[in-house]
Amino acid sequence: MSLLKINDMTHRFGGLTAVSNLNYELEDGKIYGLIGPNGAGKTTVFNLVSGFYNPSMGEINYNGEVINGMAPHDVASRQIGRTFQNIRLWEDMTVLENIKMSHHFKLGYNLIDVFFKTKKYQTREKEITEEAMELLEVFKLTDLAHERPSSLPYGIQRRVEIARALSLGPKLLMLDEPAAGLSTADVVELIDYIKWVHETFNITIWMIEHQMQVIMSLCDRIKVIDFGQEIADGVPEEIQNNPEVIKAYLGDGAI
Amino acid sequence: MDNAITLVNKKHINLWPAVLGGGALIILGLVLGGVINQYIQTVLMFIGINIILSASLNIVNGYMGEFSCGHGGFMLVGAYTSSILSVLFFTKSPWLGAPLLPPSSAVFLFPLVIIGGGIVAAFAGLLVAIPSFKTRDDYLAIITIAANFIFVSLVNNLEFIGGSRGFMGMKTTIYAMEDVADLPFTLIWTMVFSTLSVFLIRRLMRSTFGKGISSIRHDEISAEIMGVNTNNMKIVAFMVSSGLAGIAGGLFAHVLGFINPSSFNIMKSTECLVMVYLGGMGSLSGSVLSAVVFTFLLEVMRPLQILKWVIIPLMLILLMQFRPEGLMGNRELTDIFPKLKPYFKRRDL
Ligand SMILES: Nc1ncnc2c1ncn2[C@@H]1O[C@H](COP(=O)(O)OP(=O)(O)OP(=O)(O)O)[C@@H](O)[C@H]1O
Ligand SMILES: [Mg+2]
Repeated sequence: MSLLKINDMTHRFGGLTAVSNLNYELEDGKIYGLIGPNGAGKTTVFNLVSGFYNPSMGEINYNGEVINGMAPHDVASRQIGRTFQNIRLWEDMTVLENIKMSHHFKLGYNLIDVFFKTKKYQTREKEITEEAMELLEVFKLTDLAHERPSSLPYGIQRRVEIARALSLGPKLLMLDEPAAGLSTADVVELIDYIKWVHETFNITIWMIEHQMQVIMSLCDRIKVIDFGQEIADGVPEEIQNNPEVIKAYLGDGAI
Repeated sequence: MDNAITLVNKKHINLWPAVLGGGALIILGLVLGGVINQYIQTVLMFIGINIILSASLNIVNGYMGEFSCGHGGFMLVGAYTSSILSVLFFTKSPWLGAPLLPPSSAVFLFPLVIIGGGIVAAFAGLLVAIPSFKTRDDYLAIITIAANFIFVSLVNNLEFIGGSRGFMGMKTTIYAMEDVADLPFTLIWTMVFSTLSVFLIRRLMRSTFGKGISSIRHDEISAEIMGVNTNNMKIVAFMVSSGLAGIAGGLFAHVLGFINPSSFNIMKSTECLVMVYLGGMGSLSGSVLSAVVFTFLLEVMRPLQILKWVIIPLMLILLMQFRPEGLMGNRELTDIFPKLKPYFKRRDL
């Protein structure tokens, strides 16, 4: 059964059609790549799925439920984790606090419990801290639990952001250009890291990436879009040799 | 670093109750012993009220990172609501007739009257909370100013509660309480409410629930993507903030015994802003400290009369120029004096 199914999705910003009649199907447990030139509409596709925009047309089906029109926090609570092109960790919170936030929608206590520090509140807070610490241990980030992200190297921040997305316990992890801004050495590490995440958590990964090395070594299947429209879809070898794709990337003159 | 968990479970002695309880008892002893005169009592009460105002405004301006400049408006709602309740239930007045309850019952019911004002003010906070779903920053700041004007003009035009002439009779309630027992009731309740406010805000902002409010300041998009219902958190932040301002307003009304709408205009809101920025955004101990400092400054400047309205804004300008992070930055006292930490840290977590 497919985990995510997008039917004929179109999205317009005023007169600009950023995504046009897009169809997508993600199966459980695979790694998918979404590529295309700058401004092709890749991030917009992610924003549509995570609920920041409501598509002008079409339907998004996740895990057997229509999710278009839902607020982003409702989408997140249905187990979709996501990172951004630019790192968006909470700079003023510690790594641990960043991770703990994933429990916010399922706290199980309310404002009154906070004010009176009820047993329920104390138990839950303790559980949340322990769970977050366990996750950090899996990621070998325990030492950094009380650091603020801004004090960490960029490559580590990327990992923390991915760990934070995974703290939601997602079935689908969406990564928007995870290799952006990384050094060559860090990119190699990132590839291993994503492989490790995929095997350890047994989830579906869907990523946007400009670095072909990352896409080609990780993805089971790749879709290429340009001007919001699909121009190719296939396994890495098919994409590498597709003339349409080469044309879109290098411009008309190249062929 | 597995001491992260162990550190957390270690039993610390919590000195807060002892320090606060002791302090309150000493003040009470000094009042009853006649050492502290009426004037100093009034200053102490203003300190308490200002602590509530600055700490509560800090929820929105400091922790949530929005810019509310209409705190005086919510204070007004609380002040008028509790004053009307007070006069209606406990006093005989030309406006509202005979008291609905025996005046002596105010001894027990007075805190409820103050809380009533807080509840109505909390709902008044929705007037700002709901627009904040779609509006941010400068535009939201303008909405808060507008809300302040709405409340002031509304009361100015409500003749049956005195309009711009103001509303009085709250002192009669206080006298009725003092007839039952000769205690400084307003001082006691001001101390109780200001201490409680600080504690509640502290608990809120340390909980994972309350961290949802600061997650909006750092990055609202991140908050949503991590499942935080940011609209809900904005409602919580604005309602708790304006509700506490309402409680401060109710106390203020009973300390002075007379209120009029212009006591709660944009000038009052500016005072609240000065306190928050003087103390440091997002620092609760900063808010408390600056409320104390600011109240003293106001008293010192009292002979200057209207000139204080040159000096207060000037302070704000100098503050923004030379120390925009305020006295405390967004640190707490325990960050500056780490040795204090074991004595003032919460024990769980
Ligand atoms: N909120 C918005 N309002 C108007 N236009 C937008 C908005 N977001 C994106 N666009 C436009 O939609 C198009 C697709 O943008 P998008 O960010 O999805 O591209 P992308 O494929 O992610 O590009 P990049 O590789 O540079 O990240 C661009 O032309 C962009 O200018
Ligand atoms: Mg993009």
